Amino acid sequence: MSVIIRKPAAAALLACTFLAAPSAFAQAGVSEEYRWLTFTVFAVVIAITMFVTYLAAKRVHSASDFYTAGSTVSGLQNGWAIAGDYLSAASFLGIAGLISLYGYDGFMYSVGWLVAYITVLLLIAEPCRNIGRYTLADILAYRNDPKKTRVVGALSVITVSTFYLTAQMVGGGVLVKTLIGINYETSVICVGVLMLGYVIFGGMVATTWVQIIKAVLLVVASLVIVALVWAPYGFSLPGFLKDVVADPKVQARVATLLGDPAKSMSAAELGQRFLEPGLYFKAPIDQISLGMALVFGTAGLPHILMRFFTVPTAKQARKSVIWAMAIIGGFYVLTLFLGFGAARFVGSANIAAVDAGGNLAGPLLAQYIGGGPNSFFGNFMLAFVSAVAFATIVAVVSGLVLAAASAMAHDLYVGVVRQGKETTPQGQVKAARVATVIVGAMAIGIGIAAKGQNVAVLVGLAFAVAASANFPCVLLTLYWKRCNTGGIVAGMLIGTIAAVGLTLVSPNLTYPLAVKAAAHKVLDAEPAKRAAVTEAMGSADEAVAAKAKKDLAALDKAVDKANADIKKWDDDRTSFMGLEKPLIELKNPGIISIPLGFLAVIFGSLLFRDKRAEGMWNEVYARQNTGLLVSKATAH
Amino acid sequence: MATLETVDWDALIGDPRFQSLHRQKNLFLWGLMALSVVYYFLLPIGAAYFQDLYKIRVWGVVNVGLLFALSEFVVAWTIALVYSRKANRDFDALAAEIAADFSARTGVKS
Repeated sequence: MSVIIRKPAAAALLACTFLAAPSAFAQAGVSEEYRWLTFTVFAVVIAITMFVTYLAAKRVHSASDFYTAGSTVSGLQNGWAIAGDYLSAASFLGIAGLISLYGYDGFMYSVGWLVAYITVLLLIAEPCRNIGRYTLADILAYRNDPKKTRVVGALSVITVSTFYLTAQMVGGGVLVKTLIGINYETSVICVGVLMLGYVIFGGMVATTWVQIIKAVLLVVASLVIVALVWAPYGFSLPGFLKDVVADPKVQARVATLLGDPAKSMSAAELGQRFLEPGLYFKAPIDQISLGMALVFGTAGLPHILMRFFTVPTAKQARKSVIWAMAIIGGFYVLTLFLGFGAARFVGSANIAAVDAGGNLAGPLLAQYIGGGPNSFFGNFMLAFVSAVAFATIVAVVSGLVLAAASAMAHDLYVGVVRQGKETTPQGQVKAARVATVIVGAMAIGIGIAAKGQNVAVLVGLAFAVAASANFPCVLLTLYWKRCNTGGIVAGMLIGTIAAVGLTLVSPNLTYPLAVKAAAHKVLDAEPAKRAAVTEAMGSADEAVAAKAKKDLAALDKAVDKANADIKKWDDDRTSFMGLEKPLIELKNPGIISIPLGFLAVIFGSLLFRDKRAEGMWNEVYARQNTGLLVSKATAH
Repeated sequence: MATLETVDWDALIGDPRFQSLHRQKNLFLWGLMALSVVYYFLLPIGAAYFQDLYKIRVWGVVNVGLLFALSEFVVAWTIALVYSRKANRDFDALAAEIAADFSARTGVKS
């Protein structure tokens, strides 16, 4: 790839940032007056990452450079990069948002995401480094039929990456649109083009550095915000939380969430309730099922596994997980202050008004802390946090595309189609770049097509498939002598089918009959409510009248939405799957599909006994424990 | 130099030091894993079935549930550090010794 091609490409990327400006429209987090500031901050952040890509591009000569940065990344660097991969838009914006809207339950979410790394640290990271090369399927193919296991392994990697990728694209598109007013399609294309730039030219070297830069920016920004939020309370935890629960906005939010039972509670009780469980999670079994998917799913996420091939030794792999746990855990502790701080200072009503999922709690808190929507510093803080959010999405998408492209080029093309015959370094790098373009183009297409899809369902699916298919297969091939091709194929297929199938019949999908029933309920209750509100508006008490006016606006909005829903789903009786109501009550399939995945690997292996796989067990076990031949390219 | 196909891995596995490494690691890793899984799932189970316990205030407005959630971080970090210390001190040295011996005998390099 010559420098001549590289420069116009870089120029095109930069142009993309600025071209987006004229298409901006109102209803954004940043006011028109300060938009230049937002774009400047965005441009600076993007320029830094592109400069890094330019430097990285000089170092990409072989497939090993492209996929794993030549295994030269240090443990500390990899730890930051893992944190960068993991603190995706969903987790960093999502958790602060959930805490700001639901209090305690939101914080419980983050615990699962940290504990997940214990599984990675103890069971997965080091053995994978010792026997794998570029991809998850390398590990599966080691002592099994390479053709079959590479095909199922690659398909599963591509499935998980696509769900996760789509979630990031949709979430990112909505986020950028809300924050700076670029329309959805443009922002998806910009994310896609930038990502392609990083990955095609800089491969894993650039992807790693973009992750590191972004993670550092994110942590620094969060530390500054938390310091500013917490300092007035003398850095006392009870002092800060006491003020949060005493806030009328927080108390009003709890009253809304609880409904009727709230009427018998005092203001102090309502506030305190924000620190107690049960405002978000209603069914205990759902919470445990989700916990299982989080704790075991992370160890099966291909873009996380791939990060362990970028370090030279098992010791460095271990070091990278320790660093990642320190950074990720530290960040999740900060979300406690970001979330509760946003609830106290911005107010959940204002947060939900901008984005119903609460995803903008963090950025809005940044704006408040900086001095509010009309101040320079407030808008600078908002712009900075938004730029970091944008960089986050681009970086996470880069890692995912690299994982999917490696499965496509290294496993399917080089491993299965060419059966390892095409082994020239240039040929492999070319295959990798072509696969990247294919996956990248698909990502942009799917991102645009999936507009309006539920991000939580997509992320849930990615974790569920990773936990139910990838995790049992990788774990058992590493730790169980009898595991073989039959088990891997059965586990991958049954785990994936169970996870996807159960999600498709779960309450997560939209059921038109239920939507219409809810809409009719709103419309039926309307006349009585309207009469009550109209009467209150005539009240002599100004406060009562003002509240009634707000209520009237809310009522109008609810009626409009109900009418729109009825119209939208007019001809539909069934969900996407042709069901009138969910077949199961479980929102996350983990508690069923994870055991099923394990059982499939075990029965598949026992049914199709394979002497070769068992014969190679000593080799696998010896190598994963001693690191012998770690640098040897093993052509299976 | 030996090729991958001719390496006598059975001999390595049969090395008493490898067997000792294998036993120590198994006990340690799966023990810590079980501890972490049990401690983690106590949180959602408690939040679902023992809400009254979680609501007890112990430090100003800070309640048992919040402290328990924070303790999850401390426990996760502690498990990670305990494992990493043990691995850095004992497992790595033992594995390196076995690998070095094996390399000297067979010519297989790490």
